[in-house]
Amino acid sequence: MIPELGQLALALALSLALAQGLLGLVGAARGDNVWMAATRPAARGQFVFVAIAFACLTSSFVANDFSVAYVVSNSNSALPLQYRIAGVWGGHEGSMLLWVLMLSVWTLGVTLFSRHLPQEMVARVLGVMGLVSVGFLLFILFTSNPFLRLFPAAPDGRDLNPLLQDPGMVMHPPMLYMGYVGFSIAFAFAVAALLSGRLDAAWARWSRPWTTAAWCFLTVGIALGSGWAYYELGWGGWWFWDPVENASFMPWLIGTGLIHSLAVTEKRGAFRSWTVLLAILAFALSLLGTFLVRSGVLTSVHAFATDPTRGIFILALLALVIGGSLLLYVWRAPKIGLGGGFEPLSRESFLLANNVIFAAAAGSVLLGTLYPLALDASGLGKISVGPPYFETVFVPLMAPALFLMGVGPLARWKQASLPDLVSRLRWALAAAVLAALALPFAMGRWGALVAMGLLLAAWVAASGFMQLYEKVRNAAGGVSAWTRLRSVPRATYGMLLAHFGVAVFVVGVTMVKGYESEKDVRMEPGDTVELGGYTFRFDGVRDVTGPNYVAGRARIAVSRSGSPVTTLYPEKRIYRVQNMPMTEAAIDTGFTRDLYVSLGDAVSDSAWVVRVHHKPFIDWIWGGCLLMALGGALAASDRRYRLAARRPQEQYAASPAR
Amino acid sequence: MTMTRFAIPIAVFVALLALLGVGLKLDPREVPSPLIGKPAPHFELPQLHETSKTFTERDMRGKVWVLNVWASWCVSCREEHPVLLDLAASGAVPVYGLNYKDRREDGLKWLKGMGDPYKLSIFDFDGRVGIDYGVYGVPETYVIDKAGVIRYKRIGPLTPQIVKEKVLPLVRDLERA
Amino acid sequence: MPRLPALLLFAFLAAPVAAKEAVPAAADPVLEKRVIALSEELRCLVCQNQTLAESNAPLAEDLRNQVREKMRAGKSEREVVEFLVERYGDFVLYRPPLKATTILLWFGPFLLLALGFAVLLRRVRRRRQGTDAEINDADRKRAAELLAGSEPR
Repeated sequence: MIPELGQLALALALSLALAQGLLGLVGAARGDNVWMAATRPAARGQFVFVAIAFACLTSSFVANDFSVAYVVSNSNSALPLQYRIAGVWGGHEGSMLLWVLMLSVWTLGVTLFSRHLPQEMVARVLGVMGLVSVGFLLFILFTSNPFLRLFPAAPDGRDLNPLLQDPGMVMHPPMLYMGYVGFSIAFAFAVAALLSGRLDAAWARWSRPWTTAAWCFLTVGIALGSGWAYYELGWGGWWFWDPVENASFMPWLIGTGLIHSLAVTEKRGAFRSWTVLLAILAFALSLLGTFLVRSGVLTSVHAFATDPTRGIFILALLALVIGGSLLLYVWRAPKIGLGGGFEPLSRESFLLANNVIFAAAAGSVLLGTLYPLALDASGLGKISVGPPYFETVFVPLMAPALFLMGVGPLARWKQASLPDLVSRLRWALAAAVLAALALPFAMGRWGALVAMGLLLAAWVAASGFMQLYEKVRNAAGGVSAWTRLRSVPRATYGMLLAHFGVAVFVVGVTMVKGYESEKDVRMEPGDTVELGGYTFRFDGVRDVTGPNYVAGRARIAVSRSGSPVTTLYPEKRIYRVQNMPMTEAAIDTGFTRDLYVSLGDAVSDSAWVVRVHHKPFIDWIWGGCLLMALGGALAASDRRYRLAARRPQEQYAASPAR
Repeated sequence: MTMTRFAIPIAVFVALLALLGVGLKLDPREVPSPLIGKPAPHFELPQLHETSKTFTERDMRGKVWVLNVWASWCVSCREEHPVLLDLAASGAVPVYGLNYKDRREDGLKWLKGMGDPYKLSIFDFDGRVGIDYGVYGVPETYVIDKAGVIRYKRIGPLTPQIVKEKVLPLVRDLERA
Repeated sequence: MPRLPALLLFAFLAAPVAAKEAVPAAADPVLEKRVIALSEELRCLVCQNQTLAESNAPLAEDLRNQVREKMRAGKSEREVVEFLVERYGDFVLYRPPLKATTILLWFGPFLLLALGFAVLLRRVRRRRQGTDAEINDADRKRAAELLAGSEPR
């Protein structure tokens, strides 16, 4: 009963999405106010029915309804409740439903927070999003229906993949999809702008908070995925440049370029056609990511069970949505015009250079990811492209961006002066050089790569402080520093925090790669091993039983200079249903280092192989990402957006660019 | 370059779509063999049935032959076994087996139960010869010519279609040379 | 007989000394470091995109053993890589070799960056020259239209 209800809800959502799409786009083209006004309720209705469908699937999981095929392949009666719920998005069909849910949530958001936008624009934005929804709902109903029944019902399920039975699984896909899908709003704004011919600073101001919000979610989603891989997979790595990881990273890179480009379009009306193109590309890469993960075209540990039929459908969707918008771009973009002029040395050109770097970076990741496929398709051989390639290529590409991060915000709009910049930044440069020369010694040894990383990170942090300092110092006399600080717009704090987060991230990566160490040892009870100044004592392994697994749990006492630090309990689990062995690493998290212990195999009755890692500053990697996301959230919640939202529909006097 | 630059994105996109479309037909996990056209790597292994005797690829110089890699624990090998039996029975080409990372008793038992299409099977206990031949999954089949050069490798089970369309014509050509 | 108490005493004292510094899991840790370092750049052929170092697949273990043996016998990293590439092709390398077919791969990113900057520089320079005149013309026309009373559409 409930699965059928869910299926019906999806069908209703599809018709409402179709209505939303047609009412919005045709209504705006015809200038029909009634149709345009009807777009909002249609969009809200779509959300309601998608939510109902999602609730139906969730209830099938929670109730252990093994007559539903999808529940059988992703759940089990012994599975704890939180993982029964997370199992809803554990497989392809359910994750597509999650995608569509996120899309309808964003759509709902647009209907709620767009009172101040011209009706025509809102109708077009909702219309585009409606059509995207139509595409995905059709995909679900025709090729990936999670509500299909199994006759006869299975006695029990095949269990959720043990790798996914973990808190990270609960949060990572939803956050990631919020990001991917959020870029559809920027995309919709871009297409709406192209359709209406209206593309100017106001347009940029409207789409900016949405884009920044999507970017925040994507940042968090990627960071969660990386952190999850780190503690779940048991080998201490946190990024593998796997095709699916790259599929999430590419939209992030373009998205970063996009939010910076929008800043320029908003402030100076420049880069308009480039911003529109970036918005289209960001969503295109989100769709491409969906394709890569589900079509079987590339091999990946993350890939869902693959099916070429689904691949063809997504490819067609990609062709229609992106091909259509790029054709629109060819037709309409030339009429957009250039916007404000600027000198070769100006904040605009620094931001444009930043865009070039991020676009080249995204292009490189795409190149590396698809190159094996390209060679294979042209019969030129079969190669693999992995971390050694990406690391060699990506790091040099990003270094100039880090340099620009320090200079850009201090440069004046339209025309900056080099001597002025140099004099303002000389202390930041000095601090950076000092950090590069001195800090490595604090860790034990100096290395060129570590120094480079610390140089760039310190540069970004120091120049950020300079910016803040200047704001306080340059205000009119008679005003206290505190008042000056409070008058700095939230968006500026957002930028500073996000850039600082980048510096923290770079420190984390540099230190871990430069100074991490590990030891792989055979331990009898009572044996000790030393690493990074810590002593690890092995106290034996005992058998434990979990809700759906059996495990050997080791006890490792950690001490430093004689005084105890912590006790760690790494496990070697066997999940009963799938008979799959899993290493559960034990981690002692610290501000300046992680101690990471994983259990290997038993080599005798009492002796086990134990691997201990010392990872300095590794949590700064995810801490930095969190700061970036917080910065973005601050920026997106700036006063000017909230004030604008409260104002009645803006009187839009300027004529459209022709 | 002024106006046409707006068309660059869609041109690149179309190329990308074409690539992905072609990609849907390919298998990203298949590892093509670099040994095609190269001499078959040398080995000297004990035979499965008569453990005191050995067999080397040099014994087959001057003849066209097929080397099939199999194991008793391999599920897909069951699929292709009838095809091998037919091929051996047809007398078109001698079929030799490489028992890969198996236990002798298991291998012998398997052949007894399923039938033995091989002139003889060699026993590769630790898989070293398999590695020399670039074996990464079982079953795999090689066609080797009179000069001892590998001419064709089939990854995965043989099917009647592949035997008819690829193996037999190739064997005929090689026999004539 | 008088030896027995001494023996017992000795056994009793010796017992706590059993706990010790753990020995490395590998027989030769220096060799093992090299093996793992190389294995991290090699692909497990039967896995869904994993390195030879982390995979538990039987073939991965066999190949790691081969790498170890060859290194122990004195072969260099390059020779071991050649050995594997001869048998499995370039697919087994995560660092694609630089060949005619991979030039675009290795130089592409930097070409992209250079191209991007070249286009950027040219546009910025042209913009500086072109913008003012454009604005004047277009603006003048619109101003004329507005003044004449017709709404530009």
